[in-house]
Amino acid sequence: MPRSQAVALGLMVAFIAAAPFLLFPVYVMKVLCFALYACAFNLLLGYAGLLSFGHAAYFGMGSYLSAHAAKVWGLTPELAIATGGLTATLLGAAFGYLAIRRQGIYFAMITLALAQMVYFVCVQAAFTGGEDGIQAVPRGALFGVVDLVPDFTLYWVVAAVFLAGFLVLYRIVHSPFGQVLKAIRDNEPRAISLGYRSDDYKLLAFVLSAAFAGLAGGTKAIVFQIATLTDVNWPMSGEAVLMTLLGGIGTMFGPVVGALIIVTLQAELAQFGAWVTVIQGVIFVACVLAFRRGIIGELQQAIRRPL
Amino acid sequence: MSDLWYDLEAFLQQGTLGLVNGAFYAILSLGLAVIFGMLNVVNFAHGAQFMLGAFVAWMLLNWAGIGYWAALVVAPLIVGLLGVLIERTMIARLYKLDHLYGLLLTFGLALIIEGLVRNAFGSSGLPYRVPEAFRIPPVDLGYMLMPAYRFWIVVVSLIVCLGTWFAIEKTKLGSYLRAAVEKPQLVQAFGVNVPLMMTATYGAGVALAAFAGVLAAPVYSVNPAMGANFIIIVFAVVVIGGMGSILGSIVTGYILGVIEGFTRVYYPEASATVVFVIMAIVLLVRPTGLFGRA
Repeated sequence: MPRSQAVALGLMVAFIAAAPFLLFPVYVMKVLCFALYACAFNLLLGYAGLLSFGHAAYFGMGSYLSAHAAKVWGLTPELAIATGGLTATLLGAAFGYLAIRRQGIYFAMITLALAQMVYFVCVQAAFTGGEDGIQAVPRGALFGVVDLVPDFTLYWVVAAVFLAGFLVLYRIVHSPFGQVLKAIRDNEPRAISLGYRSDDYKLLAFVLSAAFAGLAGGTKAIVFQIATLTDVNWPMSGEAVLMTLLGGIGTMFGPVVGALIIVTLQAELAQFGAWVTVIQGVIFVACVLAFRRGIIGELQQAIRRPL
Repeated sequence: MSDLWYDLEAFLQQGTLGLVNGAFYAILSLGLAVIFGMLNVVNFAHGAQFMLGAFVAWMLLNWAGIGYWAALVVAPLIVGLLGVLIERTMIARLYKLDHLYGLLLTFGLALIIEGLVRNAFGSSGLPYRVPEAFRIPPVDLGYMLMPAYRFWIVVVSLIVCLGTWFAIEKTKLGSYLRAAVEKPQLVQAFGVNVPLMMTATYGAGVALAAFAGVLAAPVYSVNPAMGANFIIIVFAVVVIGGMGSILGSIVTGYILGVIEGFTRVYYPEASATVVFVIMAIVLLVRPTGLFGRA
């Protein structure tokens, strides 16, 4: 790991360790869940060059299945979250197989349409509870031993899930597999001519991205003890895009910073109703027109070191 | 025997009613295809502009006393001009970049438009009465009675879609347009103002969406979410048809509306998802879309 990234990682870990003493733990847990979600999305957009507009499907199904597993099946939280992650992995494999058949804007439209199909299924299916969602999901006890009802205890579990997810994603990006992904992103015909089966790589990246999005959704369901249609509807897909774009596409720490800003913005502006939507739209437009590298991307450019 | 006749009748009825939804799919996917063909931008704001058309019609009626028929012309003009402004100030800066930035920009614009409308009018939806001229007995098609206004939607959408197709494929201006799609620099060298053409094309595509919005106002409640609901289905329609062909996108729009109608007879639960399922099947069998070129 280059020194710039090591320093950034140190700062991030220090923030996570200090945060519950300084800030409202539920708020920081929300930031961590969405940061993992955005990092998962960034694996696909930033390193494979594939813009998915349907990550709400994996986040939302992860959320629903984790909530269902914890509440109806009575699984312990770590197994419930794993159930959500597994569901998202399988869904990602099916949808990824379809979506990678087209490229560019078609890929974005296909993933969006498939995610909306999941949304409509969730509206009608019995197990999701329709408009009410799955409420009063028990937080349970970790491994059946550690009671997670206190926010402060749960916080460390969520922090561990996030950090583990982040480091695994880091490892994936910096592995030979990740290098091939970047080669495909930059010049797909050349990668193919070098003998790489680009479709296999893209599919695996898609499945991994969906899996981590599902883990993030599942963790969110346990933290907030609820899974609803909001988790699986299209604005949730847009949020992953927005956080990544604002923080910096194709940077390791960008999505984390983007998630921190967007979650804070939503919390501060919650009382102003639809102005949150307007401001998110303005951020999108501003980033695309004037700020395409994002915050961490600009910083990376300024210090000439990877972040 | 009577059972079979009953089935067939229900089939035809729902299929015909499906044409109403199909009319909106056709106009919207046509607009998307025209804009994409010329600008290489997927206009994510298309749904928001459709919704804005309906709201402008509502505002014209309730604030200025301007009725349906005038709104059918005025609302697309207003929203179309807004589109021109958007193209000049924002989209025009993105032509040299990856297509994905156009998608992201117009997604942001869609959020802004939807959020502003939601702030001004709330989320619950506003009524827009069916215009006076259509408060007449339904049209008798032999196998069903079709409400006059819905019949009008199907007729006028066909006229608009075929008119647009004719303008692009059969007129001189359309030939410039098609030439500029293929070789913009060459057409520019012949003295055609290509940037102006791109602006006009975006404005026209947006106006089409707003026109569909005015048409939709009396049948769907005028609410901020109507655009997003439609546009995602229209994206699936566009993936099925492929954006390469104007006529293809029109035909695909109507056909999918009719199939959705049929689904309502046999398996109503799937009527919301059938378009997406068809998209998945088309991707498996013919990844480039029905009318697409590789």
